[in-house]
Amino acid sequence: MQISSPAFKTNARGALADPHLQEALGHVRSGFIDKRQKAVDALPEFDALRESARAIKDHTLAHLDLYLEAYEEKVKASGGHVHWAETAADARSVILDICRAVGARTVTKGKSMITEEIGLNEFFEKEGIRPVETDLGEYIIQLRGEHPSHIIAPAVHLTRDQVEADFRRAHNHLPPTRDLTEPASLLSEAREVLRAQYFAADVGITGANFLVAETGSSIIVTNEGNGDLTQILPRVHIVVASIEKIVPTLADASQILRVLARSATGQEMSVYTTVSTGPRRPEDPDGPDEYHVVLLDNGRSSMLGTEFQDMLRCIRCGACMNHCPIYHAVGGHAYGWVYPGPMGAVLTPSLIGVDKAGHLPNASTFCGRCEAVCPMHIPLPKMMRHWREREFARGLNPATQRYGLKAWAFFARRPRLYRLAASFAIPALSAFGGARRRFRYLPFAGGWTRHRDLPAPESRTFLQQWRDRETRKQEART
Amino acid sequence: MSAREAILNKVRSSLGTAPSDAARAETVAKRLADAPAGVIPARGQLADKERVALFCEMAEKVSATIDRVKKPADVPKAVSTYLRARNLPASVRMGADERLRAMPWSGVKSLEVKSGRADPEDEVGVSHALAGVAESGTIALHSGTDNPTTVNFLPEHHIVVVDAKDIAGDLETVLSGLRQRFGKGKMPRTLNLITGPSRSADIQQTLLLGAHGPRALHLIVINGG
Repeated sequence: MQISSPAFKTNARGALADPHLQEALGHVRSGFIDKRQKAVDALPEFDALRESARAIKDHTLAHLDLYLEAYEEKVKASGGHVHWAETAADARSVILDICRAVGARTVTKGKSMITEEIGLNEFFEKEGIRPVETDLGEYIIQLRGEHPSHIIAPAVHLTRDQVEADFRRAHNHLPPTRDLTEPASLLSEAREVLRAQYFAADVGITGANFLVAETGSSIIVTNEGNGDLTQILPRVHIVVASIEKIVPTLADASQILRVLARSATGQEMSVYTTVSTGPRRPEDPDGPDEYHVVLLDNGRSSMLGTEFQDMLRCIRCGACMNHCPIYHAVGGHAYGWVYPGPMGAVLTPSLIGVDKAGHLPNASTFCGRCEAVCPMHIPLPKMMRHWREREFARGLNPATQRYGLKAWAFFARRPRLYRLAASFAIPALSAFGGARRRFRYLPFAGGWTRHRDLPAPESRTFLQQWRDRETRKQEART
Repeated sequence: MSAREAILNKVRSSLGTAPSDAARAETVAKRLADAPAGVIPARGQLADKERVALFCEMAEKVSATIDRVKKPADVPKAVSTYLRARNLPASVRMGADERLRAMPWSGVKSLEVKSGRADPEDEVGVSHALAGVAESGTIALHSGTDNPTTVNFLPEHHIVVVDAKDIAGDLETVLSGLRQRFGKGKMPRTLNLITGPSRSADIQQTLLLGAHGPRALHLIVINGG
């Protein structure tokens, strides 16, 4: 897909001014947070499971080469095929070869962020293969020619009215007078339309939440059942997964499953957790004849051993974006590539370069909620700071910011001078603040004051107030 | 150099390790062999009767419906009652599971029992669960002629028979059972862990039942007290 991350600021301005988007984002703020909290409160072992989940992933990443080899051996033993792909282009060409070999014309797809990352749908269309997204949210955005705005709720940026308009436009074989006022009628219509597609498809493609080295299995976690129909009805099932999806055993997967659904949607367990191993067995009445796994690196191996390795623990639950004030304000598309929110702010620069995605780690208030709710304890704010440091070191941020920081550093390293300057500046600013104690406009702070007032400082500096407080405490003691 | 070698080499070089490191290989082999269990929630660790009660409670919480019967022979009648109550045609799809086949289906008047994998026209599927998981109200089913996977997903109504003695406290117990049945490191083509009927909240975060899989999941618990 087209990268628009360099235009984050423009994207964000547009998002803030979009009334449909702002209405839809209201549902994110109200929905996800309470549901997660309830599910977490209902399980006393939740924090212990988080620790367990983190330890499993850390262990796996430290032995990733060996687990990948063990996994491959098991897939082969169960009659499946493993294809290794270093880049997105390699993965696309491997997938195309598999599809061509069976003369595929229609391919159904379960929800998969990794196929977004490799731009599979656009590629298929160019090659004359018709991709059909089957997850309801993915289906809606495919009709609109859009990309997901959230990693688990791809159409969360849309309102019901917009979906109705899309269905009326796309399903023009249905009577125009039909009633589509309820979300339930929209769901039924999508179910009807997609049922036929499952049977028409030659190949079904899913992602994977986990790859299990012990058994050579892939696991998907869904609520709709579309991922299952996608993999059991066509002749060929292709799993596309990045290399860090490996866990050692089914017991390890069980640990992480317990924190995944609770963190994502506040469910105890998603409706369908499906463990797939190889093609159908000779005696099986259903299931695919061929089972292929495409193992994608696409930059992950370079994150190992760096300060960004912890990001590879991510299980794509979406809790970080569900709790992010920036995501709540601008939605997912503003981030300009596949992965939005705090996890995207860390992962995107790793995958497409900080020169293109430098705005993303800056789009944070550092409130820390993302790290607080991350089931895998990924230190997201710390890693965003690492990206800011790299950005600064490479001279990628604007001159005003660089000079501003340099000026501040000059004073910060000279405490007496800093205090002296502050003792003049703070009372002056305080006096200019007027009776409202607020600025509507301030030189060099237009980015702030365009959207809100800047509170005027108190009349005395922090250090002055601190000294007074300490003196008072001293006096109280004596 | 193949893509496989290239990726594995990059991983090793980033981790600063060599393929010849025997200690690492031993750690991995041991972990795969032992498959240590982690944190098991206390919630499901109950005596038989309470465990079954928890299973039913958790399944109802996720919108499954529950019927409890005394013995396997009561199942066909319970199925027929379910169909009539919902005005469904007297026809069910079912695999070759011996436990299901041994039930007195002919005792229920005019009920058609179709065997084999499911068709798109089937409205009701009947399966026998491998196991239940009390902590989350989940049922486990695996592929094969006994209980074809299409029966779990194509019909609008999925009726699943669960024997109370197969209801475990936690997921790990069910997976260990599977390991014993199929052999260590071996799996059936598909293992389905199902927790409630299919659903979606993709339109305005409104939760709706019956997305692509069954709209209704009905559990018949045998010896359920």
